[in-house]
Amino acid sequence: MANTSKSATQAAAAPITTMSVVAPALGWFIPGAGHLIQKRYGRGALLLVSIVTMFLLGLGMQGRVYKPNGGDILDILGFVGDIGAGGLYIISRAMNWGEGLIAHATADYGTKFIIVSGLLNFIAVADAYHIAIGKKP
Amino acid sequence: MNLQLSHFSAAVLFALFASVVFGITQRNSTREMLRYGLYCFAMFVGGVIVAGWVMWILRR
Repeated sequence: MANTSKSATQAAAAPITTMSVVAPALGWFIPGAGHLIQKRYGRGALLLVSIVTMFLLGLGMQGRVYKPNGGDILDILGFVGDIGAGGLYIISRAMNWGEGLIAHATADYGTKFIIVSGLLNFIAVADAYHIAIGKKP
Repeated sequence: MNLQLSHFSAAVLFALFASVVFGITQRNSTREMLRYGLYCFAMFVGGVIVAGWVMWILRR
């Protein structure tokens, strides 16, 4: 308990450095780049491959890419997940990918692959931040 | 591109990529990352198999 509050205090007191801003921002835009820029090449490459492959598999499975103004609450939650993929989401929206009608049963899996790849990238971004502030080796 | 994976292969791919990210982000040393990644993968795939059998039992 004491350790938890101590680490929370340390995190709150962490100075804002250039890296602590750039690494998460870059990591959001390009999955794994937040680790690569901090010379965690192995981790960054694995994150990049995992998240990008998952997103592309989702698109390949005819998964849906949510729009910001979906209207329905579940669509908004889907958008929040999708936006985590950063540059991948922007490119897929610009190219009008992920807008087809669901034609087969596993297409819904594709939608989930896309959402989860974005959510996993949020975790990777938080990890890049923790490395930048020295909370994680 | 129209990729049609089976339910099981889609679940295994999902487990693989999610486990890699969980392993890297939730542990500090390389050894712990590997162990936790393998643990997550086993739990994901094991959960799929258990859920499959439960649904099979419920259907009977």
